[in-house]
Amino acid sequence: MSTESPTAVSTPRISEAAIRNAPNPSLAAQAAQTARTERPTDHHNRIDVEDLDIYYGDFKAVEGVTMTIDPRSVTALIGPSGCGKSTFLRSLNRMHEVIAGARVDGVVKLNGENLYAPGVDPVLVRRRVGMVFQRPNPFPTMSIYENVIAGLRLNGRKIPKADADAMVERSLRGANLWAEVEDRLDRPASGLSGGQQQRLCIARAISMEPDVLLMDEPCSALDPISTLAIEDLIGELKKTYTIVIVTHNMQQASRVSDRTGFFNIAGTGRPGRLVEMDETSVIFSNPAEQATSDYVTGRFG
Amino acid sequence: MSTTLQQQPTSLSLTHGQLSRRVPVAIAVGSVVAALALVLPVAGYNPALIGLAGLVLFTGTTYAASRRVEGRRRAVDRTVTTLVTSAFVLAVIPLVSVIWTVVTLGAERFDAAFFTETMRNVVGEGGGGLHAITGTLVITALAGVISVPVGIMVAIYLVEYGSGRLARSITLFVDVMTGIPSIVAGLFAAGLFAQLGGPGTKNGLAGAVALSVLMVPIVVRASEEMLRLVPNELREAAYGLGVPKWRTITKVVLPTSIAGILTGVTLSVARVIGETAPLLIAVGATDSLNLNPFSDRMQTLPIFAYYSYQQPGFGAGIQASYDRSWTASLVLMLVVMILFALARVLTNVLKPKGLR
Repeated sequence: MSTESPTAVSTPRISEAAIRNAPNPSLAAQAAQTARTERPTDHHNRIDVEDLDIYYGDFKAVEGVTMTIDPRSVTALIGPSGCGKSTFLRSLNRMHEVIAGARVDGVVKLNGENLYAPGVDPVLVRRRVGMVFQRPNPFPTMSIYENVIAGLRLNGRKIPKADADAMVERSLRGANLWAEVEDRLDRPASGLSGGQQQRLCIARAISMEPDVLLMDEPCSALDPISTLAIEDLIGELKKTYTIVIVTHNMQQASRVSDRTGFFNIAGTGRPGRLVEMDETSVIFSNPAEQATSDYVTGRFG
Repeated sequence: MSTTLQQQPTSLSLTHGQLSRRVPVAIAVGSVVAALALVLPVAGYNPALIGLAGLVLFTGTTYAASRRVEGRRRAVDRTVTTLVTSAFVLAVIPLVSVIWTVVTLGAERFDAAFFTETMRNVVGEGGGGLHAITGTLVITALAGVISVPVGIMVAIYLVEYGSGRLARSITLFVDVMTGIPSIVAGLFAAGLFAQLGGPGTKNGLAGAVALSVLMVPIVVRASEEMLRLVPNELREAAYGLGVPKWRTITKVVLPTSIAGILTGVTLSVARVIGETAPLLIAVGATDSLNLNPFSDRMQTLPIFAYYSYQQPGFGAGIQASYDRSWTASLVLMLVVMILFALARVLTNVLKPKGLR
């Protein structure tokens, strides 16, 4: 697949050329920061999902999801295992396409642009919509420093050493990891603890200055203290980024999120559906649906 | 035969009788003595028969003694341990014997002349294997240049891109190719170059092609295994950063698995470097130094060893020729060992840090 030619991109916002033509990435980042503060909040980095069906081959995994994800907020997705919430999350940056046979019907709009329009390059989508995975997955061949700037290096972009240093420090500070690793940036990332590795992965994701950050159960492999560190970090990050987080931990959803969506599945082999989505406080105290109430109070699931 | 058995009362406790550590030693000594006494009068000094008789006596006596003192489970355990250990020794004996023979006989001509002289105009004593050493290195290197990129790329296709009928048929063909007899590969290369350069064309490149036919499937299988070991999470991490697939493969997947791939490549080189039959057909043999693999015959170590043994000449030259043959074998073995050592070092250098 060729990603070198920006001509394949029909949509001006998702354009590598825009990134590339910037004098240097840190300036581009500053420009993006400025843009963030100047644009009306109700439109920037907002995700609209309209009647989304997701298939793996013939199997319909998720059916009829319509939701709006507010910019610069935390949206939590909860639901029992196998209900399609991770699949749905991955469809927001087209990561589910990594699995052979996966496809979608419907529309996902980022700032009004359909991510599934013909001609949209999934690689460029993923540069705008970053992702943090369930298990920390730093690159084992790289040092901590190299992991943070992996997004640039792996994409073959060269930037001056000073800019790279600044970017690494900014990203690590953004992930609340700088103080712990500043004296061993050249050590292998696999030497860090699980919680530190996960924050390194977050630093790696935010180094690309994405608009949206997707988190797929980011704390499920971590101990409570590391979990707390990540949750605090999420609270910080939502000032800048739109965050969507999948979690099995309902306390976590109620602690970190502004809005919560509850997914459920009618039975094995049936597609998952979005049952209800509302303010987190409403979902956990006074949900409209009986199924939601049963799930959040632990009566089933 | 000494039987210092320690009898202990059997009870329902967690302990049971145990043979003293000295008992198996005593039984072993006794078995050897008994085996000598049994075999020597009948068959004379026959090490294999003495060993076999000793083993049978040792196994039987140990079982009986252990059964009596320690119970059935421990007795069976001792018997199986003895059998497994004997199998290991049996497997190692020929290996040690081969190494010993090659080293002692090869040391005869393992001198500076062997590494600096060829067999050009040499009749009888003297001469060396320089032309064969360089020929082996050149042809094997060329085979590696042909088959390593092809093999690794096929493996990448199978792991990262392939699905459906094409991938399945490639896997099948690779499996079939693994079993191709080397003489068939040689005939294939000879036939191919007969088409290109006329009948009877023999050169180093033809040999390299023949060796490649043997190497490619090994490289593919080894690289495929290694690429599959790379966790999918790393690929997803790269995709999640907006890294295109080909960059993910070249910058993340390959560096993570390069250590294992190198080991596979080394194994494949070791597999083909000693091939004789295909080179005999495709490259031929010569007494002169030829460093150009694109024209004329070349000499290689296995063929040098073969002809030195097969056509040793006459008179005093016969022993000299045999000596050169053994030294050629020794050098070939050393080349393989050096390759393995290099691969080990490279593997340790390139291995992802912190992964075990």
